[in-house]
Amino acid sequence: MAPSFDTLSEQDLHEEEEEEIDFSDLKEQYEVKVEEGLDTFIVIDGLPVVPEDSRQKLVKFLLRKLNSVGSTSEDAVFMPVNDKKMTEGFAFVEYETPEMAVAAVKQLHGVPLDKKHIMAVNKLMDIERYGREGRVEEEYKAPAPEPFKEKEHLRSWMGDANARDQFALYRNDKVGVFWNNKTNPPENVVDRAHWTQLFVQWSPKGTFLASVHPQGVQLWGGESFSKQKQFPHPFVQLIEFSPLEGYLTTWSARPIQVEEGQPILTYEEDGKNIIVWDIETGKPLRSFVSHDLAAPTEIEGEVAPKKKVQWPAFKWSADEKYVARMLQGQSLSIYELPNMNLLGRTSVKIEGAMDFEWSPATVAREGVKQYEQLLCFWTPEIGSNPARVGMMSVPSKEIVRTRNLFNVSDVKLHWQSQGAYVCVKVDRHSKSKKSMATNLEIFRVREKGVPVEVVDSLKDTVINFAWEPNGSRFVVIANGETPTGAAVLPKTSVSFFAPEKKGHTAGNFKLVRTIEKKTSNGIYWSPKGRFVVVATVHSQTNFDLDFWDMDFEGEKIEAEKDLAANLQLMKTVEHYGVTDVDWDSTGRYVVSSASVWTHSMENGWNMHTFSGTTLSENPTEKFKQFLWRPRPATLLSKEEQKQVRKNLREYSKEFEEEDKYAVDIANTAVVETRKRVLSEWLAWLRREKELLAEEKEAFTLPENADTPAAAGDARPVVEDQGDSVVEEIVEEIIEETEEVIG
Amino acid sequence: MRPILLSGHERSLTQIKFNSDGDLLFSVSKDKIVCAWWSANGERLGTYNGHQGAVWTVDVSPNTILLATGSADNTVRLWNVKTGECVKVWEFSTAVKRVSFSPDGNRLLAVTEKRMGFNGTIAVLDISYGENLSAQAAEPTLTIVCEESKATVAGWSFLSKYIIAGHEDGSVSQYDPKSGDQLENVQIHEFDSQITDIQFAPDRLSFITASKDKSAKLLSSRNLAILKTYISDTPLNTASVTPKKEFVILGGGQAAMDVTTTSARQGKFEARFYHKVFEDECGRVRGHFGPLNTIDVHPAGTAYASGGEDGYVRVHHFDKSYFDFMYEVEREQARK
Repeated sequence: MAPSFDTLSEQDLHEEEEEEIDFSDLKEQYEVKVEEGLDTFIVIDGLPVVPEDSRQKLVKFLLRKLNSVGSTSEDAVFMPVNDKKMTEGFAFVEYETPEMAVAAVKQLHGVPLDKKHIMAVNKLMDIERYGREGRVEEEYKAPAPEPFKEKEHLRSWMGDANARDQFALYRNDKVGVFWNNKTNPPENVVDRAHWTQLFVQWSPKGTFLASVHPQGVQLWGGESFSKQKQFPHPFVQLIEFSPLEGYLTTWSARPIQVEEGQPILTYEEDGKNIIVWDIETGKPLRSFVSHDLAAPTEIEGEVAPKKKVQWPAFKWSADEKYVARMLQGQSLSIYELPNMNLLGRTSVKIEGAMDFEWSPATVAREGVKQYEQLLCFWTPEIGSNPARVGMMSVPSKEIVRTRNLFNVSDVKLHWQSQGAYVCVKVDRHSKSKKSMATNLEIFRVREKGVPVEVVDSLKDTVINFAWEPNGSRFVVIANGETPTGAAVLPKTSVSFFAPEKKGHTAGNFKLVRTIEKKTSNGIYWSPKGRFVVVATVHSQTNFDLDFWDMDFEGEKIEAEKDLAANLQLMKTVEHYGVTDVDWDSTGRYVVSSASVWTHSMENGWNMHTFSGTTLSENPTEKFKQFLWRPRPATLLSKEEQKQVRKNLREYSKEFEEEDKYAVDIANTAVVETRKRVLSEWLAWLRREKELLAEEKEAFTLPENADTPAAAGDARPVVEDQGDSVVEEIVEEIIEETEEVIG
Repeated sequence: MRPILLSGHERSLTQIKFNSDGDLLFSVSKDKIVCAWWSANGERLGTYNGHQGAVWTVDVSPNTILLATGSADNTVRLWNVKTGECVKVWEFSTAVKRVSFSPDGNRLLAVTEKRMGFNGTIAVLDISYGENLSAQAAEPTLTIVCEESKATVAGWSFLSKYIIAGHEDGSVSQYDPKSGDQLENVQIHEFDSQITDIQFAPDRLSFITASKDKSAKLLSSRNLAILKTYISDTPLNTASVTPKKEFVILGGGQAAMDVTTTSARQGKFEARFYHKVFEDECGRVRGHFGPLNTIDVHPAGTAYASGGEDGYVRVHHFDKSYFDFMYEVEREQARK
């Protein structure tokens, strides 16, 4: 039972007494107890002052407001009356749970009751803590403004004279940031031991480098990679940036326990797993309990209790105005930024909802004028209802396109990077559920009415799919027969698709070519499109990387004449035990790496050009991560970009000269060092020999003291016979036959 | 460069050694047998039988009259090279891991293992080449006790001025062979990564160390200063300096006992050639299918041999291209 107001004052008295004897440790314990009991209380100030008779009416009026955020009753509202039989203009309210009290403070504070009166709602505990005499100074003192400190430019790396790219390298306990110098060894920017505990991650535009510690997430940036922002989420395990770097989502398996004195996390974050942070202020916007962990209790019996955490739990719209999370099978909650309120105050009920994806770019649908963000979701077959893929427009929450699907086992949603297409990869089973096949249902988002095209030329299940960035071509990898024996990788086939050439708009998607009998499982498009690496990763037996060009400038095969592609395999390289393939954001370099997180054999990273020429091999002990620093979008307008592309030859001449000059310099430098090293060596040798001769003289040893003269008599004098030739005759029987004559 | 494959051992090789003329090659292995081979054609000259345990080390006197071997049976044996008879046996309290003749052949050092309460030692024995080869000193003239970290390998500097030893903890020591005093001790390799081999350059002014820390270093015999460092990607078991040409040859590979981290592919069981002065890797020679345990170079610099964990010795006679190879800078220097 919560202590009543009367006992509280008594306790206060006790406390005062005890203050004379310093029992601070006991007091601390005691105080906590009190606060626990008072968590459900709030104090409302700013109420109208009314006579005792109409107090009841006011309480009832007030209750309507109070019950909108939690539940309380008339008995739990205590409005004291003074000697003049008038109310004092404040009231104490007890809610049923501390959470409700918190919600009341958050939502009712500053809310007008009527035209004249604005409620001031505080927790009783806070009044205790801050309002008690002496805790707050009587006179207001203006805080001294902090002196201005020049901050480092967060995009300084973009100003590199040679437009080089940076990358982060995490190996052993050390994280370093380096400049990529093509064939030359990378130039170190910073290298710090124990920079992170779990992993490092760049923000999507490359402004920050995030390190993850048991205490929380730390962002680094600027020229010297100084501390930028801190997000104290204890035992954080996963992080996710919003696309424009405005927000950060953090997750920990362990629910957060907020301790007293935590400056940033408040009571509200207690027991939560996920926090959405505002990167600018470094403050949490809102926190959530993760669905995946709560799932087994809610839908008992249906889901296996050990579920993997779904990450990212919160998915951002392209302009990060909205963020959404799905409660699998039930609903979709869309939150508006920057206040993180639920859009329209309710979640969208979608029965059976399995997954959803936002459009990665803001798309303009034909005939739609108002602002919208699009997202796609799908639901499986429920009872006699077909499976369904839907497209929702936000903020209207209107479903603008749906498509029914049958015999569906699984669906994956793939948006093209500009949001022009959504490819819905549908894994279908036959009626007997024995054989599987894949259909690709491609939504043309920009065209009128969002037409859907079906690609069903694939007989097998597709295990991987990837759109060309900013393009309209894609690569799929399909599973063939699985050979017996677990050690052998299943054979896969790689298929390239391109639209038919048809005026301005892309025509129907047609198969360009299928490469059979591969083991590939990863597709890595150049971020600029055109080039794609198809690789076999995470395997000990196969580790090939095929570099493909989709716009080969040579002759075209007759059969593929009408397609907007000319496929050509440029090169195949092998990298033993490759686990990751990363393109730099300019599409010039590809790094293949073998991380110790997957296996501990021959860890390291290799750098290739876009065409598959290996520039360097860097075996690195305990190599963990290689991450290119992303670049922000270009500031040039479309016309300017076009201009650059047009004059590329002129620019490239300039750059080639520069490169050649650099190589020359480097070569001369190498020769110079070699010369120096050699002359140093010879000088050392000469000095040592002189010393040796001196020593020999001092010992009065003969010149040949080092030769075995002491045993001279037992051994004939060695004559210099020069090289002797040892002749050896080897006979080989080539064939032996036995003939019986008779 | 076609190798000659010497397959006379049944277990892994521990050390191989050319004699000073380079016409003979001696090999010892864990199978207790000591073999002598003609280096020119790989024909076996004979064996020296008598050891009761794995033979860890071999050295031949500079005049090719005596052969010394050290074994896990706690003995150092001295053999008449010509006849194959054992002329002398010295008993020690623990296994002998390395023997080495002084440059003049008058002394022999033996490195003994630290085991069963005995500290590792370096014992120095006087050797005489009289009519009767069996007439040898009975006791070591000097015993250096390694109290801190045991010595794993040792050898003699120029003029037999110093005994230089490599230790288990990755350090190198310089001792006075007269007094046995430690003159210097330098931690040159990573701490606790054992030094697996020490071999001297022909002039004995410098020597090379091989270590489990995947590097080899060229040091000055006089002051143990590090002159050069050669970095590889595998633990090293042996290193050798070539006469005539400025190279060093390194050998190693992940041991089978560390098989969890061994690469699935064959590939690190190679002899690696580095340029001695520039520290660049110039080439590799494959062939062994186990780690390389020992490498020795022909005293004339015309051939080298390697012995592997796989039980084979491979003798390579260098081709013309090996002798022709030169850095542009070297060529310039040579013209001067």
